[in-house]
Amino acid sequence: MTFNLQEGLPPRPPDGVYLDNNATTRVAPEVVEAMLPFLSGNYGNPSSMHAFGAAAGRAVDRARVQTAALIGAALPAEIVFTAGGSESDNLAIVGTLRAHPGKRHLVTTSVEHPAVLGLCRELQSRQGYEVDYLPVDARGNLDPDDLRRVLRPDTAVVSVMAANNETGVVFPVEEIGRIVKEHGAVYHVDAVQAVGKLPLDMADSTVDLLSLSGHKLHACKGVGALYVRRGTKLRPLIAGGHQERGRRAGTENVPGIVALGRACELAAAGREAEQVAVRRLRDRLEGAVLAAVPDCRVNGDPERRLPNTTNLSFDYIEGEGILLLLDRAGVAASSGSACTSGSLEPSHVLKAMGVPFIASHGSIRFSLSRYSTEEEIDYTAAALPRIVERLRAITPFGKERKTFGG
Amino acid sequence: MWDYSEKVLDHFMNPRNVGALDDADGVGEVGSMACGDALRLCFKLGPDGRIADARFQTFGCGSAIASSSMLTEMLKGLTLEQAARISNEDIARELDGLPREKMHCSVMGREALEAAMVDYYRRQGRDVPCGLLVQDVEICHCFQVSRETIIKTIRQYRLREIEDVTHYTKAGGGCTACHHDIRHLIEEVWQELEAAPAGLVQVEMPAVDDERSRQIREVLENDIARALRTDGGDIELVAIRGHRVHVKLTGACASCPSSGATIKGWVEQQLREHVSPDLEVVEVKS
Repeated sequence: MTFNLQEGLPPRPPDGVYLDNNATTRVAPEVVEAMLPFLSGNYGNPSSMHAFGAAAGRAVDRARVQTAALIGAALPAEIVFTAGGSESDNLAIVGTLRAHPGKRHLVTTSVEHPAVLGLCRELQSRQGYEVDYLPVDARGNLDPDDLRRVLRPDTAVVSVMAANNETGVVFPVEEIGRIVKEHGAVYHVDAVQAVGKLPLDMADSTVDLLSLSGHKLHACKGVGALYVRRGTKLRPLIAGGHQERGRRAGTENVPGIVALGRACELAAAGREAEQVAVRRLRDRLEGAVLAAVPDCRVNGDPERRLPNTTNLSFDYIEGEGILLLLDRAGVAASSGSACTSGSLEPSHVLKAMGVPFIASHGSIRFSLSRYSTEEEIDYTAAALPRIVERLRAITPFGKERKTFGG
Repeated sequence: MWDYSEKVLDHFMNPRNVGALDDADGVGEVGSMACGDALRLCFKLGPDGRIADARFQTFGCGSAIASSSMLTEMLKGLTLEQAARISNEDIARELDGLPREKMHCSVMGREALEAAMVDYYRRQGRDVPCGLLVQDVEICHCFQVSRETIIKTIRQYRLREIEDVTHYTKAGGGCTACHHDIRHLIEEVWQELEAAPAGLVQVEMPAVDDERSRQIREVLENDIARALRTDGGDIELVAIRGHRVHVKLTGACASCPSSGATIKGWVEQQLREHVSPDLEVVEVKS
């Protein structure tokens, strides 16, 4: 007696449907084109005193201007290229602590990306720093008063994400920044998910340090940047070279930097129109699934979200099964379920929001991009309810029965 | 992405024996939605006393569904005594292995099987064989893992790290408040393991090291002790005097009042079957 979990699924589209853009994105064809010469003929070291080096140096300078433009930085020199979002976060936080050795206190939120959260835990447990983790409410929003309560004279840095990678919930970056500035702490924003999706204007902002990552905005992996407001004191993590004005030693990743620059340029040009289209598709997917599937809900404040992200919970089933079946159906998504992480703990973000375990184990995140199409969304909206229905057919739980022994 | 075997994927995509049995003889329910996985297992015996049908319902990840499906397939046609010897390792092996972090899925299968068999014996008004009794304190409240399960698993897999215990049982994977207790249990079990090195503890060397005593030791170690250990028990060979094999039951079996009858009879039967029909088992009390 065999039960086919895939029974009744619509025919799989040949190229698959990629809806996991908060994990990583497709490298834009324009970006590939821009970086290719720097993987072949233009291999010079930007520091070298010859034509090879000069060509590479010019390309890096250009990328710096492109990157600065996307986030509205006043000066290209405020951009420090790094190897990615995690390095940018580490440089921002550790670099600030090293620049202010007398200050032993940090503030962050309970829903940060592991790059920040893991680092803060490390600083707390191994280096004796004191850390306050701001809570969020059931919709994933911060209460600025919580920040006021924990800020101290010896607070070195406040690190808050611009938008949450799991739920897409957007924090009020400037409102938080004004409070941070009143208290004289350095303000770091992890904007890895927001750059290219939300308008940013560093020239008119409270933000001192802002992290971004190339592969989240259609550049390649292995490149990122940290915006460092002019005058912000920061010690390097990687010493031993004059590159990036002494703030990040090591020969520049020229092809990656060129890719990031081009991706920033594309995002700046297309952002507004793209995000309107992406939001429409996201809402179409969300609306169709909510209408078709009972006992299903949206996680995160629907009014304050990235336009590309939806995080849905399906009661009575577990996320990994949904993901495996979606994958068989050609759809790539991600889950906050414990079983997909190997940690046994469901998503710390959903936990911080107080989402009950019964819902967080069955949570699925879809994150769209400029390449998502209506056909892909409609296909996903048709496949998902069937998958949920099949998995619910084999679970011991349901509306009538939520626990054993009861 | 987990590196699931083809068999795991097959038993996930096409689970066997899904559902419930209206006239089940035994039903076992373990886990909860809060834990992230749960399994309801039921079986029905045929007129020959063998398991005629087994069904499951699972809330859980791909490997939890696959483990449940495989377990129901393995159960069909077995006597209860044979079924009782299915270990979580057997389930994982039949699936061509599970990722380390997913071993707890097979443990859940074994636990549901135990619960279903206990349910069967209780319904029959019969004594539950001691190895099946879970008479125990909960150590990990997040995932409801008992002390017995943790000890058993540490011993069986020779685990030394809390992280490993978490991979195999889920204990300690939540709030981490029980890490202290788990550390304690690891130390406790290892003290015991190191005091009594792997294998049989021979309190008194058999007088004659002949072929038959060698066989007795082999069966005791390879079949009997191993089976008992999966239930937290153990057995020591004290002496072989003529056709009498003196053994001492230890671990969970030592404190179980019914062990004398059930285990002694079973050990004797095993030795008679595998070594010589004239053997007699004498239980030495400590």
